[in-house]
Amino acid sequence: MNVAATDAAVHVGLRGVTRIFGTDPRTRVNALGPIDLDLRRGEFFAVVGPSGCGKSTLFDIVAGLSPATDGTATFEGRPLDGRTVPEGVGVVFQEDASFAWLTVADNVAFGIRRAGLGAAEVKRRVDDTLAFMGLRDFAAAYPAQLSGGMRQRVCIARTLVQRPRLILLDEPFGALDQQTRLIMGEELLKLWRETGATVLLITHALDEAAMLADRVGVMSARPGRIIDLVETPWGKDRDSRVVADPRFGEITARLWTRLRDESMSALSQKAG
Amino acid sequence: MKRATAIRLALIAAIVLALELLTRTGIIARFVAPPPSEMVAGLWRLLLSGRVQPAIAQTLGKIAIACASAIVVGSAVGVAVQRSRAVADAMAPFFTAYYAVPVYAFYPLMIAIFGVGEAPQVVIGFMLAVVAVVVNTINALDRIPRVLRKTAAVYGMSPLEAARRIYLPHAGPYLATGVKLAVSYSFIGVIGAEFIMSRVGIGHEIVFAYNNFENEIMYPLILFVLLVAGTVNGLFYAWEKRLLSRRSRS
Repeated sequence: MNVAATDAAVHVGLRGVTRIFGTDPRTRVNALGPIDLDLRRGEFFAVVGPSGCGKSTLFDIVAGLSPATDGTATFEGRPLDGRTVPEGVGVVFQEDASFAWLTVADNVAFGIRRAGLGAAEVKRRVDDTLAFMGLRDFAAAYPAQLSGGMRQRVCIARTLVQRPRLILLDEPFGALDQQTRLIMGEELLKLWRETGATVLLITHALDEAAMLADRVGVMSARPGRIIDLVETPWGKDRDSRVVADPRFGEITARLWTRLRDESMSALSQKAG
Repeated sequence: MKRATAIRLALIAAIVLALELLTRTGIIARFVAPPPSEMVAGLWRLLLSGRVQPAIAQTLGKIAIACASAIVVGSAVGVAVQRSRAVADAMAPFFTAYYAVPVYAFYPLMIAIFGVGEAPQVVIGFMLAVVAVVVNTINALDRIPRVLRKTAAVYGMSPLEAARRIYLPHAGPYLATGVKLAVSYSFIGVIGAEFIMSRVGIGHEIVFAYNNFENEIMYPLILFVLLVAGTVNGLFYAWEKRLLSRRSRS
C-alpha cells in the first residue's frame, strides 16, 4: 500500500524500506516491509500492529539506530544511515532508561551538558523542562525514589530538553497502568502542541493510538507492512475526553477489524 | 544510629568484654591470650617504639600492589570475557571452582618462578584477589540493560565514552563488590604468604613472635591486622552502600 504524502512538508520519508535479519537462507528473518510512508512535519503519527510485526524494527530504522536492508529512509531530506541518530531526533523507549546514579535534574541535563552548552543555559533549559513535565519538586530525587510513570517522565524530559524536531516513542507507556497512561497521553499531547515537533508513537494499544494520533498506520503481521491508514477527526486541542466521542469507538473498531486477522496470523507465526 | 549498626556494635562490645572478663579471671590463661585492653596498650607501645613500622610498610605496600594489580587486570579480563557470551559461558566453571584451589599450594612454584624475595607473596595476594574482580566485572556488565546500550547509541557515544558515562556508573555498585573482595583477598593472600616464608612483613613478625612466645608482640600485631583490614573493608562497605542507596526507594 503506497501511502506517500503528496505535499512538500515531508519530515520522515520511507521508500521501499525492508529489513532482513541474518544472511543464511534457512534462518534469516524477513522482519519488515516493503514500507512506503511519509510523516508530515508537525503531525502526530501512531503505528499499531500485532506482536512481533516489526514495529520496533521500523522505529529503529526511523531513529537511525538500525539500517534498512533495502530502500531509503530520510529525515528532513537527508538519508538515515542506521549508525547514528541525527541531530534533531529525540528517542524515548518503553523500558526505563533513566540513569539511576544521577538525580532527576542531572538526568535531564545529561545530553545538553554533553553537547557543551554553558552552565547558565543548561540550568535555564533544565528548569523549564522540569516545570513543563511537572518534575520541579523532584529535581533532587533519584529515579529509584519515583514511580514508573514519573521515571518515564524523566526520560521524556531528557529527550525534550534537547529540543528535538522529531520525537520517537516506542511504547513509552507500555509498563504503566491504564489511568497513568491516559494522564501521560494528555501530557504527551500538550508536549506535542507546545513544541510543534513531529511525533511517531509505536504502540500496541489501539485506544491510545486513536486518542493521540492525527493518523494511525496499521501494520500487517511479519514482515510488517502498512496495510491501512486511519485519519482521526480530533482537533489539535484534543485530550483524553475524546474517548467519550462516538467516533472514537468507530475508529478503534476499524483498527481492530484491520488488525484481527493480522494478529491471528502473528499468533500462528509464533506457534509455528 | 540505625538498629543494625547498634546491634553490630553491641555484638563487638560483648565479645571484647567477654574476652576481657575471661582473661582477667584466669579462665583463659594469660600465656594463651592477654586481655584485649592489654593488647590495645601493647599495640600503642609497639607503634611508638617504631620497631614494627618497616614491617607494616612492607606488608601494606605488597597488599596495595597485589590489590591494585588485581583490580586493573581483573577489570580488563572481565570486560574482555564478557564481550563474548561463548567465552563467558566456557570460563564460568573455572571461576566457580577457582576458590576451591588452595593457592598456597603453589608457593614453591611461585618461588621457582619469581625467586625468594617479596614477589611470590604479592603474586599470591594478586591470585586470590583477581578472580573476584573478574567475576564481579562480568556480573556488573551482564546487568547493563539493553535500553542503556541503546541510549548510548542514541547519544552517538563511542564504546569508550559509553563505558565512562553510562556503563561504569550503572555497574558501579557491582564493581564495588569486586573491589571490596579484592582488598580482603589481598590482605589474606599477602599476610598468609608472609606466614609461610618471609623475612619481613607483619605476617613474618607474628610468626616470629609466636615461635618465641612473645605474646606482647603477637597479639597487638594480630589486633593491628584486624583493625586495618576491618577499617579498609568498612570504608569500602560504606562506599558500596552509598552507591546502592541511590538505587533503592527511600
